[in-house]
Amino acid sequence: MKQGSKKWIMVVFALSAIMTLGACKKKVAPPPPPPPPPPAAPTASLSVNPNTIQKGQSTTLTWETSNATDVNIDGIGAVKPSGSQQVTPEDSTTYHLMAKGAGGSQEATARVTVTAPPPPTPQPTASEQELFAQNVKDIYFDYDKYDVRADQSAALQADAQFLAQHQNITFVIEGHCDERGSTEYNLALGDNRANAVKNALVQAGVNASRIKTISYGKEKPFCSESNEQCWQQNRRGHFVYGQ
Amino acid sequence: MPTTNNRTPRANLSLHFPKSRFTMTSYRTKMLKHRFVICNAFALRHVLCLLLMLVLGLPCFAQDWIRTGTGLGVQKVRIAVPDFKTSSSDPKNADLLKTFNDTLWNDLDNAGIFDLASKSFYPMQAPGQPTEVNFNAWSSAPVSALMLVFGNLGVNGNNVAVQGWLYDLKNISSPQILGKQYQDTASSDAVRLIAHKFANEIIYRLGGGVQGIAETKIYFVSTRTGKKEIWGMDYDGANQHQITHLGTTSLSPRISPDNSRIAFSSLGKTGWDIRMFSLDLDRPVTFQHYAGTNLSPAWSPDGTKIAFSSSRGGDPDIYVADASAGGDARRITISPGPDVSPVWNPKTGTQIAFVSGRTGLPQVYTMEADGTNTQRLTDQGYAVSPAWSPNGQFLAFAWIRKYGPGEPGSSDIYLMDVVSKQWVQLTHDGGRNDFPSWSPDSRHIIFQSNRSGGLQLWTMLADGTKQTQLTNSGTNTQPNWSWK
Repeated sequence: MKQGSKKWIMVVFALSAIMTLGACKKKVAPPPPPPPPPPAAPTASLSVNPNTIQKGQSTTLTWETSNATDVNIDGIGAVKPSGSQQVTPEDSTTYHLMAKGAGGSQEATARVTVTAPPPPTPQPTASEQELFAQNVKDIYFDYDKYDVRADQSAALQADAQFLAQHQNITFVIEGHCDERGSTEYNLALGDNRANAVKNALVQAGVNASRIKTISYGKEKPFCSESNEQCWQQNRRGHFVYGQ
Repeated sequence: MPTTNNRTPRANLSLHFPKSRFTMTSYRTKMLKHRFVICNAFALRHVLCLLLMLVLGLPCFAQDWIRTGTGLGVQKVRIAVPDFKTSSSDPKNADLLKTFNDTLWNDLDNAGIFDLASKSFYPMQAPGQPTEVNFNAWSSAPVSALMLVFGNLGVNGNNVAVQGWLYDLKNISSPQILGKQYQDTASSDAVRLIAHKFANEIIYRLGGGVQGIAETKIYFVSTRTGKKEIWGMDYDGANQHQITHLGTTSLSPRISPDNSRIAFSSLGKTGWDIRMFSLDLDRPVTFQHYAGTNLSPAWSPDGTKIAFSSSRGGDPDIYVADASAGGDARRITISPGPDVSPVWNPKTGTQIAFVSGRTGLPQVYTMEADGTNTQRLTDQGYAVSPAWSPNGQFLAFAWIRKYGPGEPGSSDIYLMDVVSKQWVQLTHDGGRNDFPSWSPDSRHIIFQSNRSGGLQLWTMLADGTKQTQLTNSGTNTQPNWSWK
């Protein structure tokens, strides 16, 4: 049996060789037809926008190919010839696209850079607090007095204007006194000072519910020398943001 | 315990100021000097004081300021107080004996009613027992004592025993006025307490029936921990100890009449609150929170009410609330400007003195405890921190009398007779003196002063003499003397 099979294989091989050779000769014969146009080479482009993101954010991959039958992006897999997709890479990544078609293959790459998240997202109010500190001026008093004196009214109006423009700010007015008065009396006087500033602001249109007051008397001085310049520094209604 | 005879309160201060003795002086300041004599009130006190005025008047004119004395009109009793002897041979005797002798001497010296004969005059042999008393040696010059205090102390194991006597040297046949025995554990605190108790007995017998103050306490504010906390100490400055541990700023301690609680003001999250500390429980106890700035609590003499300053209504006014937990606060002043530092008349409980800035610079006022009948007491300057004497007669307060540009502006302690509004200046030594507080016997005043540098606590007799510094460590302010 084995001997028989081998013979058959030999015969088939010989016959097919003869036929093949014969056919070839026939093809050469006609005038050469215009060669079929070689299949066009594929094109591909890949972009990522934005190309820098913070960890946790997503970005959009967009690609276009032509003459490709088989489009792959590493890490994503087979995709349509053109399209876009949202990606959320954990780390910086170079996306690699391979477009294959009859005319060959084409690669395209795009890199997205992932940055570490910024330190705790800055409070949107931080700048507001800075603005408060820059714009809201303390109100100064005469010795043993708690009425807002004439030369302070401009500062008070400016304070009221700023506070009207920043309606969501709440704040504390601290009443302070200089070291010369007696402890208990100064605390009561400081309360009167804080409330005098509060009342003036309320009159100027600031909602009273935004304002808290506290007296420090002479317990928390700004300045500790015994002269009028220093004492004046300590006789004030001092604004503190928030709380 | 016999109570003070109010009809003849021998040791109570009374202020006399004969109009004929007003005089213009031209010494140094060329200011009007009011002449006063404070003297012990006796049956014949008016006559005696007038006589003394006449006798002492001329030399007094030569002084820049007038020295007044609790002793004027009454001879201070000359008393000899030799060191006690030991009655055992225990090695702990020496330390405890020194503590006892120092404390007893200091108590009698502080009392303000004795003339203590100097120890350098004493005979070589001091008695430790009645049989050892040589009357003549103590009553003749140079000791010249009318009274003799003597006794002995002995440690036996863990206990100490003290025997003490008070002898009237003029009454040889029956000299004993007082004979006392004490036993306690052998510690310096116990020995100091025995000395205080014995001193109180002597002061009570010889001081017109007024209880001594040797066992009284003083509460104050100290910065020793870096924060202002409430502290306490014995009346003589011994045993200084921290009471509150709040870590914030605590001010204005006021001890209750029964010594059980301290009311004070403390800076909390939203402002100043009246707080209450129980000495019995050794912890803060509940007191109602009020909005605004709440300051300067003061006990009614029956211990049921607290007067304090509160701005809960938008302006610092005086309120009265229940002392138990601070409820039911009622406003009793209504003027604009600071009203603060109330103090009850401890004798009657029907009047309150306080400080108000209603006319500008703070002045001292009185009113009925319901807020009616307000009267202004001080006529000028900057007057704060009134303290009512336990006998109801005087207000001590801090006054910058001549306030203004170019004026020295020193704050001194003054005394004012509440009825006549006549006053006398007690401190003259410069610096800033503030927050006077009376001892229960109305004979002493403790106050804060920066005359030695930082703010410290000082005591003096109510006539301004014997000014003595009690504290040294940190800054110590706002003293408050216990009621008993």
